[in-house]
Amino acid sequence: MNEVKNILLVGVGGQGVLTASEILSEALMLEGFDVKKAEVHGMSQRGGSVNSHLRYGQKVYSPLIEEGKADIIFSFELVEAMRFSKYLKEGGFIVCSNEKIVPNSVYFGTVKYPKDPAAVLKEAFGKSFYLIDAVKIAEELGNIRFANVVLLGTVSHLMKISDKSMKDAIGNMVPEKTVEGNLKAFQRGKELAG
Amino acid sequence: MKKLLSGNEAVARGFYENGGRVAVAYPGTPSTEILENMVQYKEKINSQWSPNEKVALEVGIGSSFGGARTLVAMKHVGVNVAADPLLTVTYSGIKGGFVLVSADDPGMHSSQNEQDNRYYAKFAKMPLLEPSDSGEAKDFVGLALEISEKYDTPVLLRTTTRISHTKTVVELKEREEHDGLLGFEKNPSKYVMVPANARKRHPTVEERSIKLTELAETIDVNRVEMNKKEIGVITSGIAYQYVKEAFPEASVLKLGMSFPLPINKIRAFAEAVETLYVVEELEPFIEEMIKAEGIPVIGKEVIPRCGELNVEIVRRALSPEKEEPLTTEKVDEKSLPSRPPVLCPGCPHRGVFYTLNKLKAVVTGDIGCYTLGVQPPLSAMDSTIAMGASIGVNIGLEKALGIDFSRQSVAVIGDSTFMHSGVTGLMDAVYNKGSNTILILDNRITAMTGRQENPGTGYTLMGEETREVDLEALARAIGVEHVRKVDSYDLKALKDVIREEMDRPEVSVVITYNPCMLIRRKKFDIKKYRVNEDKCINCGICLKVGCPAVVKNEDETKSHIVESLCTGCSVCAQVCPKDAIELV
Ligand SMILES: Cc1ncc(C[n+]2csc(CCOP(=O)(O)OP(=O)(O)O)c2C)c(N)n1
Repeated sequence: MNEVKNILLVGVGGQGVLTASEILSEALMLEGFDVKKAEVHGMSQRGGSVNSHLRYGQKVYSPLIEEGKADIIFSFELVEAMRFSKYLKEGGFIVCSNEKIVPNSVYFGTVKYPKDPAAVLKEAFGKSFYLIDAVKIAEELGNIRFANVVLLGTVSHLMKISDKSMKDAIGNMVPEKTVEGNLKAFQRGKELAG
Repeated sequence: MKKLLSGNEAVARGFYENGGRVAVAYPGTPSTEILENMVQYKEKINSQWSPNEKVALEVGIGSSFGGARTLVAMKHVGVNVAADPLLTVTYSGIKGGFVLVSADDPGMHSSQNEQDNRYYAKFAKMPLLEPSDSGEAKDFVGLALEISEKYDTPVLLRTTTRISHTKTVVELKEREEHDGLLGFEKNPSKYVMVPANARKRHPTVEERSIKLTELAETIDVNRVEMNKKEIGVITSGIAYQYVKEAFPEASVLKLGMSFPLPINKIRAFAEAVETLYVVEELEPFIEEMIKAEGIPVIGKEVIPRCGELNVEIVRRALSPEKEEPLTTEKVDEKSLPSRPPVLCPGCPHRGVFYTLNKLKAVVTGDIGCYTLGVQPPLSAMDSTIAMGASIGVNIGLEKALGIDFSRQSVAVIGDSTFMHSGVTGLMDAVYNKGSNTILILDNRITAMTGRQENPGTGYTLMGEETREVDLEALARAIGVEHVRKVDSYDLKALKDVIREEMDRPEVSVVITYNPCMLIRRKKFDIKKYRVNEDKCINCGICLKVGCPAVVKNEDETKSHIVESLCTGCSVCAQVCPKDAIELV
């Protein structure tokens, strides 16, 4: 049977959502899957909400994930995880970086940034919600730019993507002198997935 | 070799593999990356940004007349700008293969409208190809060039956002040269479209259309995928993917070449299935032509005209009885703050809009990053229609409402947009004795679409240094006597100069200058600001500059500057009434 898996990556413009999606899709292609990755460039780069749809399987038709069908929501920011949580399917996972980015709109509108978004997500999704202190771990490793690769470690482990493909993909995408650090970050993320 | 390519990368690759020689464009989402990716083939392909789409198309025409395989790319609304030469080059025909890529934007992810450019194929009488993934995007460029040369016609390759910006797996091939046609031969009856010649060309165009219809009937990209007979679907482009996923058992007629239509093939397909649908995004382009032939088909009765399609929309439209329950929402979306795109930290446009807001000016606006000035808290834009329109609209308001209105109003336009189509508006203002104030926000780059070079940048697309347009001298040459340059980070100067020029009963141009922060950041050391909490009285004025780096602290008792985001532009520090924002 042609089973298609769906990963929805979300976050805020500038956080590296599109690069992470690039690495994952490359790894999945190396695994031999048909892959489609859809996103929108343009306006969304300017600090707006950003998303990337990643689908893979034997044969993928539509590049877009339907609501309620995502196997994993991979979020770089807490409110964005909440915003897109309706895409999660029954039995899917949310992997979210423990980051809050407050949009300027909260100072001029009526809607506030939620007090404790992580608690809301925990309450709603229980064990399916992985909160990752990616920035902290990256700091420990000496470079906050590794944060996204920590998250990638967790996600790729949950998706059962082989280490080899992930490492090759990371190697292809990041600057050469950061490869080693990135691979360490990847390992830490993997361990967090248990 | 297999590679994941976006539709735009695939178009560039396809042009390379098929002997492309000259590629021209003006940037515009979602088409921009086609030319950006063309640069990697610069050994073989001459690529350039032109100042607007009309010029780009004309450069393309010349290149094709010289026998080179040529590609011209633009976003959907760009074709409106290029429409004049387009609708005549389909009469003259071409020499070297000529493909025009129109990247449409259903859903208006970053556009001012969602026009369906397939109508241009019919209007201009040119064949139309619609790829449904990157692999087809690459192959169809080759096909388009072949058809173009064989039938002596430009070919329209129409993509949409979900093709342009979706990566799919593509098989790469080696390049094949196609230089056999290079060289210009004089042939006025073909290349000089005076009435006497054009009258002779028109019947040729009609004959060509008949031959192209025959081609559409037999070409393999118009293929039937026969399956169960209950449902038959005619579809094209990205909609094909949605149909295949929603109804794997349906029979499908996939139109890779959707103009001219293969009516015989369609009639035969219609007879072979029980219920026939047309599933197409946006307008009933295919549907209308089928209905005009008297073939019964269901289309826009059930498929929406507005916005993008997706699997769910197609599924519900074709089988409403099998509606699945919606998933229950576990998080109340309405309780979440919106996160629209905003001007970047340190954007040189910010201070201009802050000032216009304070001056309570009526702002006729234009298209670029600065259109974000419409949003709160800056809220300083009152019209945006099309590129270049800010100046004409400003002139029109003055003609209607008189000089008193003009004293309260400015037109705002970016450098790239000014050179694209604002220059003619400025001539109008001077020539027709207006008293308009025109602000050119000069950040030396076409920022909105991802920082492309323009005639003011000093660099070409291929990375060579070149002359920069001197906007001040240009404005003076047009006859503007009052041209002033202002540092866009100096709020006091901005306010004084703009106020003075608004009051002046003559045309004036104010050039606010500073490079886009995203190009500047690489060249300058950045100093940063912080809030001195002892001085901060939590008045919130600094938040009104709308900078992502300026927020409130955790318990919302003071303002706070996010150090990693601050670029040191100083605008927030200038508005602080207590001098509480200091250099780190
Ligand atoms: C006819 C047309 N072509 C292209 C575009 C895409 N586009 C939108 S704004 C823009 C130019 C923006 O550059 P500039 O005026 O310099 O302003 P900036 O974004 O740098 O502030 C372009 C190319 C468009 N909207 N319409």
